[in-house]
Amino acid sequence: MNLGKSRASRTFIGFLTILRREYGRIIRIWGQTLVPPAMTSTLYFIIFGGLIGQRVGAFDGIPYMEFIAPGLIMQAVITTSYGNVVSSFFGAKFGKHIEELLVSPLPPSVILLGYVGGGLIRGFLVGGLVTIVTLLFTHLHVDHPFLVLASVVLTSITFALGGFINAVFAKTFDQINWFPTFVLTPLTYFGGVFYSISVLPDWAQHLSHANPVLYMVNTFRYGFYSHSDVPVGTAFALMLATVAGLYVLAYVLLKRGTGIRD
Amino acid sequence: MLALSLRGLTKTYQNGTQALKGIDLDVAEGDFFALLGPNGAGKTTSIGIVTSLVNKTAGSVKVFGIDADHDLEAAKSCIGLVPQEFNFNMFESPESIVANQAGFYGIPRALARERTEKYLRKLQLWDKRKVMARSLSGGMKRRLMIARALVHEPRLLILDEPTAGVDIEIRRSMWEFLREINEAGTTIILTTHYLEEAESLCRHIAIIDKGRIAMHDRMQDVLRRLHSETFVLNLRTPLSGAVPVLPVASAELADPSTLEVELTQHQDLNAVFAALTAADIHVVSMRNKVNRLEELFMRLVGQEETTGSAA
Repeated sequence: MNLGKSRASRTFIGFLTILRREYGRIIRIWGQTLVPPAMTSTLYFIIFGGLIGQRVGAFDGIPYMEFIAPGLIMQAVITTSYGNVVSSFFGAKFGKHIEELLVSPLPPSVILLGYVGGGLIRGFLVGGLVTIVTLLFTHLHVDHPFLVLASVVLTSITFALGGFINAVFAKTFDQINWFPTFVLTPLTYFGGVFYSISVLPDWAQHLSHANPVLYMVNTFRYGFYSHSDVPVGTAFALMLATVAGLYVLAYVLLKRGTGIRD
Repeated sequence: MLALSLRGLTKTYQNGTQALKGIDLDVAEGDFFALLGPNGAGKTTSIGIVTSLVNKTAGSVKVFGIDADHDLEAAKSCIGLVPQEFNFNMFESPESIVANQAGFYGIPRALARERTEKYLRKLQLWDKRKVMARSLSGGMKRRLMIARALVHEPRLLILDEPTAGVDIEIRRSMWEFLREINEAGTTIILTTHYLEEAESLCRHIAIIDKGRIAMHDRMQDVLRRLHSETFVLNLRTPLSGAVPVLPVASAELADPSTLEVELTQHQDLNAVFAALTAADIHVVSMRNKVNRLEELFMRLVGQEETTGSAA
């Protein structure tokens, strides 16, 4: 197979192919991948933002509907980035078509980045859809566009890597639902999507600082309103460290063939 | 040059099963090579290690001189694999399955599309290129895996039971196709349970049993080494008495109308027919009891069983 191309360019073509396949999968089953988060966010805006929000008033001077908007967008990004990779990679394991990639000359790092890229694409598509829904209910002004973008990218990558690691260890479909149900959802709900942790008692505030989602949601919210419950610099550093740590773990698992090679 | 060279290949699974016990195997470039063995002998494990689907415990794998431990990506780019089980996304179309596989090997999209058309047409799947793969018949799914394995035009094609569950007509056309690509220079390693297939296609053969190579030789030499062959004769009239004395190694009645005779290399059928005619026994038809290779296979594997039991 001599195509007169460098190994780097062949590898890049391989990476793009994984991305194209992941994008194709997201679009092919759009009713499962794109619509539900937009639907859920609409309900949140109607119930929490509209009906209950009017009674809540404002959080730190920000009207409740506007306060929860960044959190709801981030919540959708988190769940879909995670869900995309865990279901796509586990599906490939279950259907054995992961072997198409394993027999190919693509290095593990590229396979991993391809799947993470798929999670990022879906995170952005869903985040975009939820933002459109948001704009139907309230308005958003962006104070720090770079911070908005960077926090979405880092959060999406974090949870895409988390989904990948879950899929590596999962042996049944139950096991890919366990983590999102019992860990991811509580972390998201207690991560400051619907409230500022300043309303919590001291012990709960301290406990909330152990929740990584709190840093992600607040960094993102800071990008809009320059308001955060946590120091943004610390949050950013923690997000970078989390991405690096999860990437190394996912890479080692894939390189070893954990859960996919006998 | 050797297309594949295995040295001391060993595999022990986590449950303690020792699937491979130090396999040494060479396959020359351009060869059509049969790797045979009973179920669980270690064929698929060997192929899995060569294609990096299975982690080896010890030993080395070289593909066209490239050590897989030193440059796995380069070694893998030389190989195309048709696995035993269907391993494509059943919800994708044959067109995207094959084109994506080309992409995984670094083939640019335009060329990937060209090659996809070429191989889907060759394997008579072009009309089905847009349907969901799960709607294909068993034979079509097998051909799809062959098209996918060929799309990066590998120098070494490994087929793990490619004709399992495929009807005779398609099997024959697949044989022709495989001969064609072998003649064009692709080295082929084939595992199959259809020994007729191996005998008809392959120039070299290795028999693997219980994780060891039981035999490795040229197909012609292997078949020549067979000392005897058994024929089944269907008789016009059932025999009521004993079997007459015949110039054969052994003769016995399977039933009154069916006589089985075993001939060594030095005995001939003319003498058998002469003796039968003299005894007023008429033969209406005749066939080999088993394919010659099957006979050898059964003996080798049977021998191993006996040795194993004795040990």
